[in-house]
Parts: sequence; structure tokens; C-alpha cells
Amino acid sequence: MSDTSQKTYMLNMGPQHPAMHGVVRLILELRGERIVDAEAEIGYLHRAFEKHAENETWNNVVPWTDRLNYVSPLINNTGYAMAVERLAGIEVPERGQYIRVIASEISRITDHLTCIGASSMELGAFTVFLYMIKAREYLYQLIDGLCGARVTTSFTRVGGVKGDLPPDFAERFAKIAIEVRTAVAESGALLTRNRIFMDRMEGTGVISKADAIAYGITGPFLRSTGVPYDVRRAHPYAVYSKLDFEIPVGTTGDNYDRYLCRMAEIEQSLRLVEQCLKQIPAGKHSLEPKEIKHAFEIQDAGKAGDTELLMKYKAKVDQTLEGMSRDDQPNTRVLDRKVTLPPKESTYTNIEGLMNHFELVMWTWGVRIPASETYFAVEGGNGELGFHIVSDGAGDGPYRVRCRPPCLFPMAALKKLLVGGQIADIIPTFGSVNMIAGELDR
Amino acid sequence: MSDPLRGERREAPASDNFVELSKLRDEGYNMLVDMTCVDYLPQHKSPRFDVIYRLMKLDEATGEDTGRVELHCAVDESPILLSVKSLWPNADWLEREVWDMFGVKFTDRPGIKRLLLYEEFKGHALRKDYPIAKRQPLIGPKSGDKADSPSFNILKPTVTGE
Repeated sequence: MSDTSQKTYMLNMGPQHPAMHGVVRLILELRGERIVDAEAEIGYLHRAFEKHAENETWNNVVPWTDRLNYVSPLINNTGYAMAVERLAGIEVPERGQYIRVIASEISRITDHLTCIGASSMELGAFTVFLYMIKAREYLYQLIDGLCGARVTTSFTRVGGVKGDLPPDFAERFAKIAIEVRTAVAESGALLTRNRIFMDRMEGTGVISKADAIAYGITGPFLRSTGVPYDVRRAHPYAVYSKLDFEIPVGTTGDNYDRYLCRMAEIEQSLRLVEQCLKQIPAGKHSLEPKEIKHAFEIQDAGKAGDTELLMKYKAKVDQTLEGMSRDDQPNTRVLDRKVTLPPKESTYTNIEGLMNHFELVMWTWGVRIPASETYFAVEGGNGELGFHIVSDGAGDGPYRVRCRPPCLFPMAALKKLLVGGQIADIIPTFGSVNMIAGELDR
Repeated sequence: MSDPLRGERREAPASDNFVELSKLRDEGYNMLVDMTCVDYLPQHKSPRFDVIYRLMKLDEATGEDTGRVELHCAVDESPILLSVKSLWPNADWLEREVWDMFGVKFTDRPGIKRLLLYEEFKGHALRKDYPIAKRQPLIGPKSGDKADSPSFNILKPTVTGE
């Protein structure tokens, strides 16, 4: 009988495999059930996000960012828009910032629900998947009410957001929060002390603090090792410094800790949205208060030679048609018509708005941002989502956009996580990496 | 005041990148947050590429970011940069992406593999002289490589170039 214990086998897992969320190929070297070597091959979903961004105008990149992490698109929208605003040196009114935080946190919940739901389904807990996807669906409906789309949100604009919160948003959220909390509690009751689940999750996919940092891992993955790093706390952006939230951390850095961290973060995100909805300022709380003046007042000022101030004011055109009497939404945008698109009401009802809109969207007209470069990061569903943006000052779009995809870093460490383990451990470990091919391959 | 998310902007000659980065690592910059590149060909800069290393000092206990720095190294197509994957293991993939998208070479990684695109891809897609509408030749399996042949599944020893 030949000695089979020394022989190793090659196994291709993916690119198409039910457990390879999206498309990724793992090339495994196995000795029996043990993994001796592993290599991940990525790029199957490469759609040239960065190349396309260089050929678009500043605002036209926003829909591309939906397709990065398509489980939490609103966070990508926010991250990109804030990076461009940092470059242009403009500040969004407070109400706009609150709306962005609300949208981001709802997206974070959908991200975590999908991650836990899908990875527990792969371990046989199909019920949990259904509970979580049901809760996610309620949140998607809420997002639908906010942006008009469930997943391809394209919600932010440079200088603000697409529109204000719908009037019944707070009430709808309160109802949905109950559903989400129920789903999380029921799923937790099914999983957290479940013998089978714990056997698969505890002690598998372990990574140490030092290794996680050396690999550049952030987000729930890093926090599960016990390092409480969170961009929202380390570099508070938007209105996070005014909000109260905890950063759940783990101790051992295994799959079970990552599961617990994500479960706890769902609750924190719900709390954040609730606080935002309580605190969100109504009325004119614009950080750049610029009055809306009547067209005749502006005309008078111009006649009097007071042209310096004219750019600061937005003309309120007197109404002759019913649609024109509707006010703009002054609190959701910076009132600088050289940078931000006018509200849709304005585009469709008066010539100034229409011209303003066209001048911003026409090629080679658009927004001009002086030559500079910047890096800005937000806390995405998987960790630090950064945008390095360069403007050359000549064009009406970015010269270079680099997206730092948070899930690339745990994927780079995948070999470290898998080698030495059993082949069955790939499923929970890969699930907890929460690889999103859209942002990994861009 | 510098932007805390960017930290201080430093520049180093490309030939010293390893020395500079190991100094920074010894100063306590324990995380390579990102590494990327910008092609300045249309602006006639020489050398044309700007390779950017973004580092962070992360406090393990408090999770605080106690300082960031970005190091810029200007290079052209000739291999000058040294690989820093011995300092931060994630540099392995990030360098592969910079090679893949810009064709920036690393002296000690002659057989470096692409990260996102496939080996048969012609050119480097994020270079400014790569036309956005360029077509690539169709590829198929190499002659003699059948899907069930033993060589098809071999874990390539050239993956990291050594």
C-alpha cells in the first residue's frame, strides 16, 4: 500500500461556487481534509471603476460608487461625495449631514444582516437567512422611499444629497426598527448558543491583533481581535461626534467573535439612526446661510452696482405657474450653484434652474475644482473605505480616483486564515471575511 | 494644520523607498493603510508616476489613530522601487495591483503577477495613455492545457514572483 498521507491534492473552489459570494477562485492544496496551501485569485468582477471615474464628471461618478459595495451603497455614495467636498473645500449643511449619517447607518445594518444571514445559511441555518433577509427587505423599502431605488441608490451629490427625508420617514423607521430588532433577537436565539454553530465558528479563522494590523485589516474584522479602531470614532466625520455609540470588540479574533461584533453593531446602528432622527435640525440650519432673495431685489442690487453680493444669493423667481410657487429644499444642499445641482423642482419649473442644471452636467462645462489631491475615509460595512482623489484643475471631473476597498485586506490575509485548518472551515471563515466582489475587484 | 486623515506629506527618492519606509515602520507606523499610484503623463512630469504609501500608527489598546503619513515616490517605468512586503505583508497584493494597473516594476519582484486583470492582458489599464475603449485580443486555454490535465490546477509557484 502506498503512503497516501504525504500526497497532496489540488482543489479549485470557484470562481463559480455557492459559497464563493460573487466570483472568486480559491486554489487549495490539501492533505486529506487539511489545507496545506491556499491562494485566492481575484478580479473576476473587475469593471474598471477607477478608469471610468477618470472619464466622468464629478457628480457622474456617484452612480458608479453604488456598484462598489453593493450591499451598503449609501456608505460609498457618502464617502465619495465627502472626499470631493473635502477637495473643493465646501461644507454640507447640518441637515444634509444628518441625512447622510442616517442613510449610512441603515446601509450598515443591511450589510451586516446580509453577511450574517448568508454565512449562517451556508452553515445550514436557512431559517436565520430568511429572518435576516426579511428584515433587510423592510430596510430596502425604507431606502426605496428615500432614494427611489433599493440598491442602486446614487443618493448623494457633491454638496448635499438628492432630496430631503420623506415626510413619514421617522414613523416608518420606528416600525421597521422593531422588525429588525425582532429578527436579530430571533436569529441570535437560534445561533449564539447553538452547539453546531459554535463548533463551526469558535476557534476557526483566527487572526492575532498584530497580524490583523500588519495586514491593514479594519472594520468588524479588526475589532473582533480586540482593537477598537473605528473611523467614526478615530476621525469623526459628518455628525458622528454628536452621537453616542459604542464600539463592540471581540477578544480572540475568530469567526464567532466576528459574528458577535456584527450582531452588536446592528443594534448600535439602530441607536444611531434613532438619535439622528431626534436631533436632526428642522428649518434653516444651513452652515452657509445664504438668503434666498426675490428676483427683483437681486435686479435692484445689480442696478445699484452691488454685483459683489449677487453670487451669494439665490434668486427666488416669482410664481406665475403653480409649480413655481413650491420652495426649494434649502437645507439639503449648499447654495452654491457653481458646484451643486439645483433641486429638481427648480430644474423643471424655471429657466434659471434648467440652465444651471445643464451647465453643470454638460461635458467640459461642469464643476471646476482647483488642482489638489486629498484622501478621505469613512467607516464602511467592512472597514475603512477610503477615497484618494486628485484634481488637475483643468477638467470638469476627477484626474484620478483611488478607492481603498476595505475587504481587499482580509482577502490578502486569507492564506494566513485558512492554512492549517480543515476544508470545512473555509465556509465560515470566508463568510466572515464578507468579501464583496464589487468593491474588491472594482 | 495638516489633515489628520492624510497626515504629513513626505517625499522620498524612489531608490530609497525601502530604507525610508523601514525607518517609518520603526517609528511606529504599524499599518500600511493603502498604496496607490498616479500617472502624470499628460502633465509632462518626469518621472511620470507618483507612487503613494499611506501609513498609520494604530494604538492596539485604545484603537486610536495616533498619526498618519503619506510618502510619495516618483518613478518611471524602469524598476527602481524595492518591494516592502517584508515590512507589511499586505504590500504583496497592493504592489501587484500597482504593477497590474500602471506597469510600475519592483526590482526584487521580477516575476510579479497581475492582481485584478489576467496574465494575457496587454498594457496597463490605468495609464493615461491607455485608451478607455481599447479592445483586448480574445484568449483561450494555452495549447495542450486541458481543464482536467494535471498542470491546469497546479498552484503556481510564480504567484508571488519568487
